[in-house]
Amino acid sequence: MPLLSVTDLRTHFHSGGGVTRAVDGVSFSVERGETLGLVGESGSGKSVTCYSIMGLIPRPPGRVEGGAALFDGTDLLRCPPREARAIRGKRLAMIFQDPMTSLNPYLRISDQLIEPLLIHEQIPRKEALRRGIEMLEAVGIHDAPRQIRRYPHEFSGGMRQRVMIAMALVTRPELLIADEPTTALDVTVQAQILELIRRFQRELDMAVIFITHDLAVVSGLCDRVQVMYAGRIVETAGTRALFSRPRHPYTRALQRSIPAIQPKGSELYTIPGLPPDLSKPQPGCPFAPRCEFAADRCRTTAVELAEVAPGQSQACLRVQAGEI
Amino acid sequence: MADSILELHGVKAHFPVYRGFLHRRRIGDVRAVDGVTLSLARGEVLGLVGESGCGKSTLARTVLQLIPPTAGRIVLDGRDLTNASARELMACRRDLQMVFQDPFASLNPSLNVFETLAEPLRVHRMCPPSEVAARVGVLMHTVGLSPRFVRKYPHEFSGGQRQRIAIARALALEPKVIVADEPVSALDVSIQAQILNLLGQLTQRMHLSLIFIAHDLSVVKHISDRIAVMYLGKIVELGPAVDVIERPVHPYTRALISAIPRPDPDAERSRQRIVLLGDPPSPAHPPDGCAFHPRCPHAQERCKASAPSLAPFAGREVACVRAGEIQVP
Repeated sequence: MPLLSVTDLRTHFHSGGGVTRAVDGVSFSVERGETLGLVGESGSGKSVTCYSIMGLIPRPPGRVEGGAALFDGTDLLRCPPREARAIRGKRLAMIFQDPMTSLNPYLRISDQLIEPLLIHEQIPRKEALRRGIEMLEAVGIHDAPRQIRRYPHEFSGGMRQRVMIAMALVTRPELLIADEPTTALDVTVQAQILELIRRFQRELDMAVIFITHDLAVVSGLCDRVQVMYAGRIVETAGTRALFSRPRHPYTRALQRSIPAIQPKGSELYTIPGLPPDLSKPQPGCPFAPRCEFAADRCRTTAVELAEVAPGQSQACLRVQAGEI
Repeated sequence: MADSILELHGVKAHFPVYRGFLHRRRIGDVRAVDGVTLSLARGEVLGLVGESGCGKSTLARTVLQLIPPTAGRIVLDGRDLTNASARELMACRRDLQMVFQDPFASLNPSLNVFETLAEPLRVHRMCPPSEVAARVGVLMHTVGLSPRFVRKYPHEFSGGQRQRIAIARALALEPKVIVADEPVSALDVSIQAQILNLLGQLTQRMHLSLIFIAHDLSVVKHISDRIAVMYLGKIVELGPAVDVIERPVHPYTRALISAIPRPDPDAERSRQRIVLLGDPPSPAHPPDGCAFHPRCPHAQERCKASAPSLAPFAGREVACVRAGEIQVP
């Protein structure tokens, strides 16, 4: 049984302008110890998917309209709050893009770091502090007994991200959700943080959902990648398969627009148009208006994810029909 | 260089640090830019890379005289900007324009596209008032915006479109040099590709020189003719883009390049990464000698003694005393 299995998750935001379908029928699962990459551009719904699982969607305006998120048999979206709280923050942890806004500036690192231990494991403060210091050392912060007494503003961006990771991992979670944890960091620091996540994953046999817009980061870290567009999953595949044989036109277009794998100075491929307005649902494939392969039926017929090769599914009518 | 449009000679930008309230005294300087010498040829694209805090944005602002340099000379097309009068500077600004990182912050939200683009045309009297509207139309066409949008306000546009407006505004004065400070960092991959293509076409078509600042090395390599790598206010390596990225010499450049993730799972898993320890030191207290020596895997005693200056090596310039000794992979 997978550790986490999400089925038909739908999260909508209600505002004066109508209903924005930020996540619209997303299903996936994560096995124990697996690293899943969740890739997409801004507004594709990758963060909202994970916020829904973590119960972090602001209500109102947001609402999880339907679907299930089974974590080891417990539906996080429907179970009593007490049960969900016992899982979130202990067995399921999350780190965020901007460590400055997600740490409390008024509290010492020590207070924030040991809070999950005090709540979930009910151990004495002294014991919690000892484990907190151990954890800080494990994420590579020198002189931890002294550093733990400091406040977030006294750390650099990379150090803060380490503190965040220490905070998330101090309860030894089974699943870590990492929401663009390296986007705000320099490449050298990014390399340190990615290495850290990789190491802990091995040591704790932890599953990771890694959200990013950067295909390059995914390629070295993830076992499997899911590409999201307009609130839906358009392609999911093993990392190697996704990079060597992308099937969905959107995935292909994304790859062709990255300078790193194109000849220097050549014209980069650009996807015409803009992502669709999610408050105005369209009948067909959401990518059809920008797709170079779109046929008439793409604009009228809804399309579901379907397996095209073992472990590789994608949502394109024409690829499924073998036309592209 | 005979055909250089912009020359920097030993440019420094230091910011004093004060302590005390009643007895305010200067306790030191943050050396954001600490002696940069380089030249930019006509029609050349120079990429400027480095980690945050290395001084690349301060250098850009110093070039535009938005931050007055503490020392050194900046020469634009034969005119020395450092001691120029306000009137002379005004004339120079026509030739030297900037595009900023965040198109949400750099456009005035209460001006529509027409007003944004017409303002520089009027201020610098680029054309008779009767022709302003036509010029605005041409500018919008140049950057690929439909003239239908001319009365729209910045909030009605997406990030990529706003960056196009910012580029059109920079182009309005027909500058010779554009300094673009992280122009694509805030944009999604597919939009980033559009802006990179646009900048590439514009430099070729209009024979513009471009200083392109970014922390994403693959983007910089794609667009640049030459690349300058900065560390703690100084240039540590400067050379042709392909050489610097594919065969870096300076230990810092090598670490920086080994840290870039590549969108290729097989290469990613097999390669050796040089993981630098710690964070860059503070420019308020730079280390003695070579600023990189505390993090450098090849540092020796003599690296702590004196700061190396840029010297020609393997078809580029490198600031490392051990450049010839370290095995280049």
